[in-house]
Amino acid sequence: MTKTENIRNFSIVAHIDHGKSTLADRLIQMTGGLSEREMTEQVLDSMDIEKERGITIKAQTVRLDYKAADGEEYVLNLIDTPGHVDFAYEVSKSMQAVEGSLLVVDASQGVEAQTLANVYQAIEADHEIVPVLNKIDLPAAEPERICTQIEDVIGIDASEAIHTSAKSGLGMEDVLEAIVTRLPAPKGDPDAPLKALLVDSWYDAYLGVVVLVRIMDGSLKKGQKITMMRAGATYPVDRVGVFTPKMVQVDELGPGELGFLTASIKQVRDTNVGDTITTERAGADEPLPGYQPSVPVVFCGIFPVDAAEFEDLRAAVDKLALNDASFSHEVETSAALGFGFRCGFLGLLHLEIITERLEREYDISLITTAPSVVYKMLMKDGTEMEMHNPADMPDVMKIEHIEEPWIKATILVPDEYLGDVLKLCQERRGVQVDLTYAGTRAMVVYKLPLNEVVFDFYDRLKSVTKGYASFDYSIDGYEPGNLVKMAVLVNDEPVDALSVIVHRDKAEPRGRSMCEKLKELIPQHMFKVPIQAAIGGRIIARETISALRKDVTAKCYGGDVSRKRKLLDKQKAGKKKMRQFGKVDIPQEAFINALKMDS
Amino acid sequence: MSGVTDWRKAGFGVYIHWPFCAAKCPYCDFNSHVRREVDQTRWRDALVRALKAEAARTPGRIVDTVFFGGGTPSLMPPETVAAVIETIRNEWTLASDAEITLEANPTSVEAGKFRAFSAAGVNRVSMGVQALNDTDLKALGRMHSVAEARAAFEIARSVFDRVSFDLIYARMGQGVGQWRAELREALDMAVDHLSLYQLTIEAGTRFADLYRLGKLKKPTDEAAAAMYDATQEICEEAGMPAYEISNHARPDAQSRHNLIYWHYGDYVGVGPGAHGRLTLERGRVATETMLAPEAWLEAAERDAIGSAGETAITPEDQATEYLLMCLRLREGADLARYEALGGAALNPARIAELVGDGMLEQKGTQLIATAQGRILLNALLAKLLT
Repeated sequence: MTKTENIRNFSIVAHIDHGKSTLADRLIQMTGGLSEREMTEQVLDSMDIEKERGITIKAQTVRLDYKAADGEEYVLNLIDTPGHVDFAYEVSKSMQAVEGSLLVVDASQGVEAQTLANVYQAIEADHEIVPVLNKIDLPAAEPERICTQIEDVIGIDASEAIHTSAKSGLGMEDVLEAIVTRLPAPKGDPDAPLKALLVDSWYDAYLGVVVLVRIMDGSLKKGQKITMMRAGATYPVDRVGVFTPKMVQVDELGPGELGFLTASIKQVRDTNVGDTITTERAGADEPLPGYQPSVPVVFCGIFPVDAAEFEDLRAAVDKLALNDASFSHEVETSAALGFGFRCGFLGLLHLEIITERLEREYDISLITTAPSVVYKMLMKDGTEMEMHNPADMPDVMKIEHIEEPWIKATILVPDEYLGDVLKLCQERRGVQVDLTYAGTRAMVVYKLPLNEVVFDFYDRLKSVTKGYASFDYSIDGYEPGNLVKMAVLVNDEPVDALSVIVHRDKAEPRGRSMCEKLKELIPQHMFKVPIQAAIGGRIIARETISALRKDVTAKCYGGDVSRKRKLLDKQKAGKKKMRQFGKVDIPQEAFINALKMDS
Repeated sequence: MSGVTDWRKAGFGVYIHWPFCAAKCPYCDFNSHVRREVDQTRWRDALVRALKAEAARTPGRIVDTVFFGGGTPSLMPPETVAAVIETIRNEWTLASDAEITLEANPTSVEAGKFRAFSAAGVNRVSMGVQALNDTDLKALGRMHSVAEARAAFEIARSVFDRVSFDLIYARMGQGVGQWRAELREALDMAVDHLSLYQLTIEAGTRFADLYRLGKLKKPTDEAAAAMYDATQEICEEAGMPAYEISNHARPDAQSRHNLIYWHYGDYVGVGPGAHGRLTLERGRVATETMLAPEAWLEAAERDAIGSAGETAITPEDQATEYLLMCLRLREGADLARYEALGGAALNPARIAELVGDGMLEQKGTQLIATAQGRILLNALLAKLLT
């Protein structure tokens, strides 16, 4: 057990690409947590997807042993948190387990929207914050300007910001010293009953469920019988340990320490993040305040392209859900697509990551249907219901009104692109809340309906600002909206998986755009294929895919048979990537791509 | 096992590939090569030896048809043609009414050899006339003029019992009206058989390069389809209906050799890049020989046939091959034979759907692609087989 005075717990707040992972790698290397041979890039991002995309999805922790200038040995616990808005929930959880944060800002790029959102969470968690200006050695670095920006935009003192280059190792010693001297030590009573915060949990193929804990009071030892105070379940502790970042077992964890335990827990679902862990006997009376549970905000249907793969999909979805409590799923049946799952996600990136992992790690080709938000239907009989799927829209005659979720979006953008950003927000039914300047950059705050954002808002924002804008949002509550269900008919048959809820004023342009897109996405058939968008019984847009006129090989003799057969096999394989609706084959990617708007 | 005798339903033919041409045509992706010198003795010996080796593994068969293709087989020395036919006669049994076809270019040089080819046993020629318009002949890279082609064709008519010629249509810049006129001229000239191919831009040809660069314009699919429809109508009226997608004949004047392919019979493929389908004791196999002329010659001098590999064809693939070939014919394919070959029937719902769309007709066990279905045969097959 380490004395609390010699413990410092911290997280790192940074925008993607501002060097957070490199800084963490460097700190691990400096304090000797891993040998030269074990160091890989982005040590803390263990999933392939994290390494490839350069993002952090799950929080990770690492314990660093550091001998400071004052001659004392310190234990520094770092929680590496995700930067993306979809995982804001992970961030807020982690923040409550530590006392301070390093605010890492790229010395030439400055503060971005994501940084802002995360640093506010740190402030809310009462963190001591140490600003770090990274990439200081780049020619474009402007430390003074960025310091002023930090003070103006975030409102914290940046006069003692540390100048670093995580890449070259410059300033790392200063960072470690600042953690020791400027961040507070945790508090806690080693003799009080055990109170440990359940920060996170995940499934490990060898160890079962691994629980990440922060000890507040008392101590956690191997062999102890522990109780999850909210869940009420009791388990004997099998292992107690810390991450260096390798898992290393220790005898006990004391107040202020971060570490893990395993206790023959079978499912991640049996552990509630934010729960308080205490001892079965002579335990604590009052649990810790805990966390707000995470709520999925974006829903979509996920179906196997090959209906025969439904059971494989079920196994894969269950397995992913084991490790991701924020991902919800239930069986859905679609007239068009057969059996699949209606899944709930924290946001679009979360959706993309889950579907990519299903396709990549489990090798299942998927059809993903239009992402939808959760609508509240207030019925004429006074009841209220939630709608996750446009296909479940009740009879409009029975609906009093529909409410939709709105978000508050913060966008930071160089002022030359401001006009385009405002135009985009207006097009998406946005309401401007605030517009301020920090140097040559504008900070716009908009209220936007979430359903205008889930399709492709972020892609559009990136494209109109050439990637220079940063974006973050928080849920802002429900408001009534003039919303209608738009159905899409292909060859006169409604395809439920293509129906969407839209604002009445947007229905016609959206319908036209979807019909035009589908005309490009669906291949020609032997007959002409009409595509229509309709509200109720009224057709609001229509396109027609003309029939194939000629598709035949002019010469086919003895030497052409094998080639011809192989070509046919290839065509057959291509057809497997499509789903048949009535007589029409629709390619799997059409379901999502039909929704993307060009303007 | 029905597969053992299935080929008998279609007969047995021998294909000889002569890979050399005087010049390479810009649209042609066939295995053809231009060589200044060809060692004729070596080539003749190699072909003869290859035939002997093929006969050794298909003993006792009756050869219904022989086809000299290429390349330009009319460049072959007549003695080589004679040696090949003689070998076939000696190694197998050559049917008394065997059809022996040779592809010929319509130039005066080759016309001069027609009598010798006839004496060697050739009884049918198929001439690559390609167009009845000098400008287009030039654009197609052909070495003959219309007048020369007509003269060569007249000689061929007087020498051989049966003569056919090829035209390429839906050519660059060609309109439906022009093609109608050209086709009528062709029908006036034709005897009993015509092959009418729509121009296809094949990968790896000079036309493909030009097309990519936008220097070669093809008629739209719509225009090409209209030309196809006009072709059916005009030939039908003239008593030369299509019996296959691109082939027209008077009754009983169809190419019996090509019918072996379309009926999915057995055939030996001899010479560079030749393909065969043979039902051997171990089942039906696809044979293939070395593509490059020199590589084939050297390999054939080692192993007699210059094989580039033999693959057993699964029952399912045999059924598919039968269907994709036989549906090209106006008479259609026999569903009973399809089932016997592959061991499974086609999906009746798919057939019904395609019948409903006017793509297929079913008469008893005979499945027939309609005129509309034939011009969309690739899409039709993909639908039918998935």
